[in-house]
Amino acid sequence: MNKKIRTGINSTFITLVVLSLLVVFLSPFAFMMVTSLKTREQISVVGAPIWPAAQPKYTYNDKEVDVFTVPMSKCAGFDANSTATKNLAITKKGRQESTFVDPDDLARGEFVCQVSWRALDRPWIFSPSWQNYVEVWKTIPNGYWRLLTNTTFYAVVTMIGTVISCILVAFGFARFRFPGRDFLFIVLISTIFLPGAVTIIPTYSFWQKLGLVGTWYPLIVPHFFANAYNVFLFRQYFMTLPRELDESAMMDGASPLRILWSIIIPQSYPVIIAVVVFHIVFAWNDYFGPLIYLSTARQNWPISVALSSFNGIYGSQPQLIQAGALLALILPVILFFVAQRFFVQGIVITGVEK
Amino acid sequence: MLEQLNTRLPKLPSLAAVRKMQSLSRREMRNGLLFLSPWLFGFVAFTFLPMIATLIFSFLNLRITDGIFSTPKFVGFDNYAQLLKDPQAGIVPTTWFSSKTPSSLLITIKFALFALPIGILAPLGLALLMNNQYLKGQFVFRSLFYMPFIVPFVASVFLWGGMLNTETGWINRVLLFLGVAKESLPQWANDVNWVYPTYVIMGIWGIGNAMLIMLAGLQGVPTELYDAAKVDGANSWATFWNITFPMISPVIFYNLVLDIVGLFQYFLVPLVVNAGTGRPGGATMFYNLYLYKTFFTYQNMSYGSTLAWFLFLVILIITIVLFATAKYWVYYAGETRS
Repeated sequence: MNKKIRTGINSTFITLVVLSLLVVFLSPFAFMMVTSLKTREQISVVGAPIWPAAQPKYTYNDKEVDVFTVPMSKCAGFDANSTATKNLAITKKGRQESTFVDPDDLARGEFVCQVSWRALDRPWIFSPSWQNYVEVWKTIPNGYWRLLTNTTFYAVVTMIGTVISCILVAFGFARFRFPGRDFLFIVLISTIFLPGAVTIIPTYSFWQKLGLVGTWYPLIVPHFFANAYNVFLFRQYFMTLPRELDESAMMDGASPLRILWSIIIPQSYPVIIAVVVFHIVFAWNDYFGPLIYLSTARQNWPISVALSSFNGIYGSQPQLIQAGALLALILPVILFFVAQRFFVQGIVITGVEK
Repeated sequence: MLEQLNTRLPKLPSLAAVRKMQSLSRREMRNGLLFLSPWLFGFVAFTFLPMIATLIFSFLNLRITDGIFSTPKFVGFDNYAQLLKDPQAGIVPTTWFSSKTPSSLLITIKFALFALPIGILAPLGLALLMNNQYLKGQFVFRSLFYMPFIVPFVASVFLWGGMLNTETGWINRVLLFLGVAKESLPQWANDVNWVYPTYVIMGIWGIGNAMLIMLAGLQGVPTELYDAAKVDGANSWATFWNITFPMISPVIFYNLVLDIVGLFQYFLVPLVVNAGTGRPGGATMFYNLYLYKTFFTYQNMSYGSTLAWFLFLVILIITIVLFATAKYWVYYAGETRS
């Protein structure tokens, strides 16, 4: 019993600590959502609430009038000792006394309160400005829809290239024994640590000479030639598959390509899905590549580049910046939650496996 | 992944040996190389040749003006002589504290020294918390701590730009609430003293990946080892140093190498957050950012290539040193490998 209670206390304590850490860790998401729903006016007012809110207006006799929070004790016809306040629409502003109507009690008509309207606070009511999203959707360079199709195109085409080329190469490393193979594998792994700076200048100049800067080619073509991370991931997985099936297929005269297609791939769906989702998130978020190759070709911009240009255009409108950020991150986040099992598996393979 | 690199380099076969091979194994070699060919081609075309070209460029005087390449001329070690004298690159340590222009190499090293311990300890600490036997809902926590890692880079810069805004950001509002005087609130990315912490905070947000790798390492430690330690009466500190740490040292090593290589190439954050200007006060002109500007802004291919090769050599030396130290502290269980 005693032990049970102690375990319970420990559990509660640790879980609470981690939970509060998580709240802090994820608070930027809350900030983003809250800010993206504010109006520009709210952001410019000092002392405005932290949640999306607006100061209400009231239409009285076809005129838009402001609403103020008034202490009712100052108003004619109310209890002078009352501490109650009410949100009233102002009809005549004055320094000594102002005239109001009560939107909830129009029958009472206008009445005078002994207050200066300048000393009063205006109330805030919860009022999310969804309009911001509409505005971002339309005004983000190319329009959001076009960015979506551009980015999806880039992600899907390079995903196909990566998956095909990496499977082929990994199969070569996993299932063929030949002198020099291990040396090549080490060269492959070393490329992970190679600084990109040492290859970028000739590579960029090469594409520029061909006149292809501003097109998709420099971004897409290299993905058809495999990369170390994904080859490693596939190879580790293939090595865990039993060889007996391949060998009996080989006895029956199946070609290596046939073995790969009919025996290896059907057993490898988890790792294929892992590479697919990893790659899509990578391509979706890729910023540096599109920045250098596509910055002059606006019609081809993916969402990351368009978003960064947004900062310059709307530097003074944080609500639009945050709405744009949300539109950019929503898809990878959804994909992550849908496929998180495969994500975790893939990370474990690259980091821990030998 | 790194264990492979920690062993002696296998030799390439000699041509004579290949010639002597049986026809069956020769066929296997041919097929194997055929499957490797996409990568072999890609490696030569997009890694090996560009590396060599970068080296060659560093001995020429190539520039691009209005999209037109200048006629290359061999200039010997002129670019390297310029590199030695260039205060902005600042590769000579004796000039680090006397030069008026801050050295971008020193900036890079300073930032790396500041960010590296955090980059290892924060994910390790978080992974230890996640691995705590008393924690409920580990799976949910793990996913949620991972999530910021997949937020697009530019979006995360915008989120943190808002969070760290001097007036409207939540961080400063909390500081104000905690009693920090309004005048002494940090200016974050615009403040020489706070810009590195700003970058580190943005970086910590993406520790999910490293955390998961370390967590997987922790979960791979056989429980018998802990049981044995308990029997021996080891306290938790001793257990950590004698069991947990050696068992997860390969994972820590992996993260350490990737972190160092990444930190020496650090430039995208200052490029976006501080517009690549080096503001405030030149404190964010990192070496790789300077390289980037030399090529993409000033279109000086040859000097950019020189900067690039120097960076490559620095990273190469650091990696070699790291791998040399690995045998003293990185423990690979079951050394026998296939």
